[in-house]
Amino acid sequence: MTAVVSTIGVLDEPHENRGASFLIATSIMAGRTLKKIIRSPQLLVAGTAQGVMFLLIFRYIFGGAVGHLGAMSYVDFVAPGFVVTSGLFSAMSGATGIAEDLQDGLVDRLRSLPVPSMSIIWGRVAADTLFAIWGLAVTTAVSFAVGLRLHGSVAGGLEAFGVASLAAFAFCWLFVTLGFFAGSAQAAQSLAFVVFPLTFVSSAYVPISTMPEWMQSFASRQPITLLVNTARILTEGHAATTALGHGAGYYFPAALVWVCAVVVVCGPLARWRLRRS
Amino acid sequence: MTGLIEADGLIKRFGKTIALDGLDLTIPTGQITALLGPNGAGKTTLIRTIATLLQPDAGSVRVLGHDVVEQSRTVRRLIGLAGQSAAVERALTGMENLVMVARLYGARHRQAERAAEAMLQTLDLGDAADRPVRTYSGGMRRRLDLGASLVGRPSVLLLDEPTTGLDPGSRSDMWDAIRGLGQGGTDILLTTQYLDEADQLAARIVIVDSGRVIADGSPAELKTRAGLDRLEIRVHSPADLEAAVALIGPFGVGPPELDPATRRASVACPDSLRTLPAVAGAITEARLDVEDLTLRRPTLDEVFLTLTGRRSRTEAASSEATRLESHELEGIVR
Repeated sequence: MTAVVSTIGVLDEPHENRGASFLIATSIMAGRTLKKIIRSPQLLVAGTAQGVMFLLIFRYIFGGAVGHLGAMSYVDFVAPGFVVTSGLFSAMSGATGIAEDLQDGLVDRLRSLPVPSMSIIWGRVAADTLFAIWGLAVTTAVSFAVGLRLHGSVAGGLEAFGVASLAAFAFCWLFVTLGFFAGSAQAAQSLAFVVFPLTFVSSAYVPISTMPEWMQSFASRQPITLLVNTARILTEGHAATTALGHGAGYYFPAALVWVCAVVVVCGPLARWRLRRS
Repeated sequence: MTGLIEADGLIKRFGKTIALDGLDLTIPTGQITALLGPNGAGKTTLIRTIATLLQPDAGSVRVLGHDVVEQSRTVRRLIGLAGQSAAVERALTGMENLVMVARLYGARHRQAERAAEAMLQTLDLGDAADRPVRTYSGGMRRRLDLGASLVGRPSVLLLDEPTTGLDPGSRSDMWDAIRGLGQGGTDILLTTQYLDEADQLAARIVIVDSGRVIADGSPAELKTRAGLDRLEIRVHSPADLEAAVALIGPFGVGPPELDPATRRASVACPDSLRTLPAVAGAITEARLDVEDLTLRRPTLDEVFLTLTGRRSRTEAASSEATRLESHELEGIVR
């Protein structure tokens, strides 16, 4: 690096920088996170395959024991559950990602640049959401391959995919915010355990009517149940409405309230924590 | 004239710890300034406050006249920060890292690519430009990190312990780079724990301890105030230490220090070069079995001792025992 002293004069004069706008900064930061995910096989495989693996286990191992649910086959019942929860599995890497960036000083570097600080958070959420949507697209494709059939309209199927994407967006906000509070990457990783009670104590994999009553009162109100049931009714139509006891008009508004609540709570929390990181 | 950095009564607490304790500081433009202090002195807190990452509990800081709290966006347009760790994305290539930062500073794509390319050449990373950073050595990562703080050509460069953890070769490379930047007209504020490093690089040294500035001046001024070179003898046998202390005592000023663990005795010496032959003569005369006779610059710890009359916090515990023994020996010397 002896060349440094002689060539450093070639650089431009110091000047005041404009700084990137919110949208450009967000897209640059999202681009960086997506590149990191795509180039890290462990992130790519874990985020994509987790939902698929669970789907196959439930479809072929537990599915036989559960049998038909009213007019619905088990695969028709459980596939929307896995599509929605695969978004949750993909979103989990966001917590570790943010905790790592904080630990490595990357967040300090980004905060010292002339960009709106919320672009750091939005960039991460945007990238994680796109990755999660890729994950649930893969789970959807595999679901069709193992026997899922639409009993409603194609438009309903697309709407169900939209609901799953919206859910993924909320999950990404949740995990990015948890990552800010985790303290270290290891702690962030262990936070991922919150998904197990949340996904299993819901209608995602089995009907909640088989659970003890005290558990049902939680399971029937929690966001995963509301989101999964919305997706289920949109893909399976009448059979699902009958089996679940309510229509989309009941589940969807409640699910939407949860999604908005997560974003409204997590946004300011993450921002508050970012400014004190 | 507006100063580069002006801090007024800066206070920052973390729980019960007071990191900055009413710190006042004015740094002029046009030079490299070093903040020198031990671990926990408040150097990093001060740098992070200047870089708009921390909000002070009381007091204010201005960078080129802009308040870091009220005008944080303006301050960020002017600064480049390289922290203690290499804050670069390991999954991206060196080129991608610098293009990303340049674009965030507001450069358009082509412009950012040109700036990144020039910076990689400058930092001798041209050949590694398209390799993922995870394949870089520690020294290369730190250089890339320096490049990231420079790629926007900031008016003020903030470097937090730029050479900590580097091997001697990489350290002197980094020194060359920092000196070159200073000569190229970039104002630099860096922190260091090493007097040597501050002396090598900075036109001005600010010594910080317990969240306050305790001394401030050019390296020459500080050396005059704090110290004097140290005359040091290392003996073969611990039994000779007392004799060594008695021997060098008269040549120095202030109480001699000694370190039984390494069998060394030292004393501050006002006219060291001319004294040296006399000391050598005295050693021969006394037939003292000496392994080593050296003249050296005071360490940061010794500067502290002279300036504040006490040791720096980190050194205090480990040196307590030595100091007790040296007090006992003072009696012998007299």
